[in-house]
Amino acid sequence: MSDHPLAPLTALARDTPVVEKIGGITITENPDLAIASLAVRHGRELDLQTLLTPVLGEDLPGPGRAAFLEDTAAIWTGIGQWFLMSPVAKHPDYAWDMKYIVKDTASVTEQTDGWVIFDVIGDSLSPLLERICNLNVNAMSDGDATRCLIEHLGCLIICRESGRNISIFGPRSSAASLHHILVTAAKSVA
Amino acid sequence: MIINHPLLGPRDAQEFVYLGDANLIDRPDPSSSTALDDFHDYLYLRDNPAGSHRELWFHEQGDRSWLVVTRDTTTHEITHVELASEYAKRQGRDR
Repeated sequence: MSDHPLAPLTALARDTPVVEKIGGITITENPDLAIASLAVRHGRELDLQTLLTPVLGEDLPGPGRAAFLEDTAAIWTGIGQWFLMSPVAKHPDYAWDMKYIVKDTASVTEQTDGWVIFDVIGDSLSPLLERICNLNVNAMSDGDATRCLIEHLGCLIICRESGRNISIFGPRSSAASLHHILVTAAKSVA
Repeated sequence: MIINHPLLGPRDAQEFVYLGDANLIDRPDPSSSTALDDFHDYLYLRDNPAGSHRELWFHEQGDRSWLVVTRDTTTHEITHVELASEYAKRQGRDR
């Protein structure tokens, strides 16, 4: 990439990711993921899997599920739709890289700067999640991923380890609001 | 109210948006000789049953799928939920 004088900022407009330690819960902003959305074209499901499965190492995940692969994560976001994620350092132009792979079997849209990601880690996250969304969080197992409302924000919730390690994707333009919601809930359960 | 999503399991009705009678899927053929009357009926005439009603719900804050929900309008009991795409295919549509 060419050198330029612009200073990169995180979604919370800082130089470095914000880390909050509240009781046994750690909330960390994760600015290091490139995100692209994938929407299969009508009737091309098998063609898409044929092109993408060798690259990913396994099939795209089914409804309500995420797959964590070597350096890529895939999340089911709707019927025939997925989010793909990879370290931004490895894929500075991720949507273009994915489009090259899936060709005309799917539409790919760059999503990297549309989202803020908070990784939430703790011994027991169920009381926190129960305060902010109406999912049955105790029934979520490793690799479950779903979209739901957190207050007024449509967010993706990815369960990396049941009750202990989750990632929350929220709209980047509301990053500070989502951060406030998470910190407030964490303080109330700490 | 809880809607038992066919793919994602029980979800709160807060995540959904209600559209109306599931007959909206059966859009008349605009090339038919009776198209004017058919579209009049399609747009303006609705049954308003006190009891079982098939209706369209959109999972806006979830996976953005359209569902056909069979709901009792007097008790809010939901007896059946299916993807609108499945329902439409059964009516002979291709998607």
